[in-house]
Amino acid sequence: MLHTFSIGELGRNLSSGQMSSVELTRHFLDRIERLNPALNALITLTAEQALIAAAAADRRRAAGESGPLLGIPLIHKDIFCTDGVRTSCGSRMLDNFIAPYDATVVTRLKEAGAVMLGKANMDEFAMGSSNETSFYGPVKNPWDITKVPGGSSGGSAAATAARLAPFATGTDTGGSIRQPAALTGVTGVKPTYGRVSRYGMIAFASSLDQAGVFAHSAADAAIVLKAMAGFDPRDSTSIDAPVPDYPATLGEPLTGLKIGLLREFFDGLEARNTALIQDALKIYRGLGAQTVEVSLPHLPLSVPTYYVVAPAECSSNLSRFDGVRFGYRCANPTDLLDLYKRSRGEGFGAEVKRRIMTGTYVLSAGYFDAYYLKAQQVRRLITDDFRAAFAQVDLLIGPTTPTPAFAIGAKIDDPVTMYLNDIYTIGANLAGLPGLSLPCGFVDGLPMGLQLIGPHFSEAKLLNAAHRFQEATEWHRQAPRGYE
Amino acid sequence: MDWETVIGLEIHAQLATQSKIFSGSATAYGAPPNTQANLVDLAYPGVLPVLNAEAVRMAVKFGLSIGAEVARRSVFARKNYFYPDLPKGYQISQYELPVVKQGKLTVMLDDGRAMTIGVTRAHLEEDAGKSLHEGLGSASGIDLNRAGTPLLEIVSEPDMRSAKEAVAYMKKIHTLVRYLEICDGNMQEGSFRCDANVSVRPRGREKFGTRAEIKNLNSFRFVEKAINHEVARQIELLESGGTVVQETRLYDSDKDETRSMRSKEEANDYRYFPDPDLLPVHIDESFVEAVRATLPELPDEKAGRFAREFGLSAYDAGVLSASRELGAYFEALAAELGAATAHPHAAHAKLAANWVMGELSSALNRDNAEITASRIAPAQLSGLLARIVDQTISGKIAKEVFEAMWAEGKSADAIIEAKGLKQITDSGAIEGVIDAVIAANPKQLADYRSGKDKLFGFFVGQVMKATAGKANPAQLNELLKLKLGGGAHDA
Repeated sequence: MLHTFSIGELGRNLSSGQMSSVELTRHFLDRIERLNPALNALITLTAEQALIAAAAADRRRAAGESGPLLGIPLIHKDIFCTDGVRTSCGSRMLDNFIAPYDATVVTRLKEAGAVMLGKANMDEFAMGSSNETSFYGPVKNPWDITKVPGGSSGGSAAATAARLAPFATGTDTGGSIRQPAALTGVTGVKPTYGRVSRYGMIAFASSLDQAGVFAHSAADAAIVLKAMAGFDPRDSTSIDAPVPDYPATLGEPLTGLKIGLLREFFDGLEARNTALIQDALKIYRGLGAQTVEVSLPHLPLSVPTYYVVAPAECSSNLSRFDGVRFGYRCANPTDLLDLYKRSRGEGFGAEVKRRIMTGTYVLSAGYFDAYYLKAQQVRRLITDDFRAAFAQVDLLIGPTTPTPAFAIGAKIDDPVTMYLNDIYTIGANLAGLPGLSLPCGFVDGLPMGLQLIGPHFSEAKLLNAAHRFQEATEWHRQAPRGYE
Repeated sequence: MDWETVIGLEIHAQLATQSKIFSGSATAYGAPPNTQANLVDLAYPGVLPVLNAEAVRMAVKFGLSIGAEVARRSVFARKNYFYPDLPKGYQISQYELPVVKQGKLTVMLDDGRAMTIGVTRAHLEEDAGKSLHEGLGSASGIDLNRAGTPLLEIVSEPDMRSAKEAVAYMKKIHTLVRYLEICDGNMQEGSFRCDANVSVRPRGREKFGTRAEIKNLNSFRFVEKAINHEVARQIELLESGGTVVQETRLYDSDKDETRSMRSKEEANDYRYFPDPDLLPVHIDESFVEAVRATLPELPDEKAGRFAREFGLSAYDAGVLSASRELGAYFEALAAELGAATAHPHAAHAKLAANWVMGELSSALNRDNAEITASRIAPAQLSGLLARIVDQTISGKIAKEVFEAMWAEGKSADAIIEAKGLKQITDSGAIEGVIDAVIAANPKQLADYRSGKDKLFGFFVGQVMKATAGKANPAQLNELLKLKLGGGAHDA
């Protein structure tokens, strides 16, 4: 039953001496051993280190230390560098890469006393919306193992949904936390760009990447985000602003909160999905919030804009994987060019190559203005649309995804259809806004997500709005059969 | 046909920061390979660059020194290409928005002409590592100690018309960056190097010819030779009916020739775009003013002041202000000499200037030493020159004393005393020697008196020989004229 406890409840049990972190850690390691083979959510298990860390947390607690994450287990997405532990980024390219340092996110959670159980599967280099592009094979959705869990943080989402850990880290470049959170029925938070350090997080698209969290509730996510967030002098794009006490602001009344319904998000949305959102709005109105319809006219351009900007940045970010200093190197290179070509050709999967080629193309002489520059201009327009909307409303609300989880294999050969899965999530990344997905019901037995988007640095407001909803509903307490 | 040469230079000055431009690694030269390369320099997955503010400060300092515009907003961009010594697969540089724009400086040419040369821009960027091919068998090694070292790339307008002008400009920038203490200027270690863009066109034509870029010239001599060689190559090519192709060429100093490295067609498409890991650099007025307050007296200002205060020629003032250290030496010497002779500082400045540019410079060159390593300090040299001023020794004897001082490190007075070099200023003593010389050379005396004026020098020489050069020259002249001339009147 420990795996159904909230982080707060686990903390109380640890501090009262009801149980130790070592016992808690063992409980989750047992679950992982038993349940992960069917899910493929974790690709590296660090059981030994976890038990050592748990024992250390127990000693810290015995020495009088406290802290909401002291001794609480977690799973890191395999995009975060972890000192001495393989950090593969879901790629053959880094299958042999043992990171020599910890990402700032990892360090912060370590310092808070959280215990890493292992590393989560993911789409290769975070490029994908289904977790099917991983070198380690697809992750299965615990709600239906013939379905995808979403991506790119599919392993983190599936592991959280299957109660393999109280929480997991993820990253969100175009929806990679919110979309899998929606498809697996958990709460996922993508903070404001710059809120959480990117140092040690293997870059996909630097201007869009942001680390966040998967948890069983907004209240749990608030605890974790508070520990993760904050300025990092090693990341020039991290913001030097104080981190609010997110857990402390939960429970504030929503009276007078103005929620904007994103008209563009409902165009063509299936009736059953629309109905779930309408039900959620009723709950919010019941909590005292007002709902108004708003329009972001440039939002429909977000997918094409994203698929210029993100590949452009990734084509450059992934140049360092050249077979020279670390990672995969082809056998018996005949010369330098052969070393480059075969190491990259063999080390990267199809989707990564597709994006590197797209990105190289849009940055090329003669195409730069028409693609990259144009996309940056549209990005500015989308950002302005959001700014205008937030002049009228406190939060925006809509679905996280157009459909519930789809079948493994259904879209993998059709990249454009796959890319459209991120249609509702990409806008927040382009504008650098915080977004959150929380469970709001089921369609065909599969969970659906409600998405909240707020102005920059409105994480406290988003978490509180999600928390109040979760106080009034039970969707977030639902666990997939076999994982209760 | 009469051809005109057009040259523009891109100078790379390594900034003298303690750490690299985007990482905390040290920048010291000569460490064992890869001992000054951290995870950021090695471009490990997940690492991020953080801009070294000191590099920006130095770039601004340079901009202010050439009257350039300091950009209030500049942007770092990625220049993408694959090479083993470029760990990220891109170089972080500035492309569309450099930190320094549109400055100019004046250079003095050997023929005394002053020339103004425009500086289009100066931008910050990181250096690459080095590929090592020697001593590794068939393998190549990579040393990333230099990767990430801050460079200021200073791009001139195509304003120069000869190799000599190009060298004069490069020397002026070299002087300037050392004055500003933003670059050690060490060309052997590659701290200061340049690429030269060279083209020729028929004189009178406005349109530039097709240019070739000669890469990585790391001495003034090579710049001059490489440009001259390239100009000759291009003219020969054009005059034999060929065309110059736009390309990058390498100068081979052993063979004194340039050869093609890659043509425009083979050139990389660098796919520049703003680096999303770095924020635009915003520089406000107070930052600029704070940097301005740290500007030293600049070479032109110092030269102007030397000319004004010490009455030196423009040439002498220019030479003495070529480095801060040389200027400081000269000023200290002039001050010491003023004090030693109780004359105004400027009174003997020309004497001081001549000695610094003459004997002292030769001695330093001989020892291959910098002025800061001079074996004779300003106070010591002043001690010598004061003996010239007070006529204790002649200028000629002073050179002998100088050599002894250089070799032995003793004071001028001690050497003059020990070697008995003190000038003879006693008229009676000089007269006695003159009388003896005249008595010993009756034929020369007769010839002189019959009109062979040139023999005057003979008598001076004989007296000097007899006094080991110690006779006061002015007194000797006067007395000798009297003695020889007196006889002539009798005739």
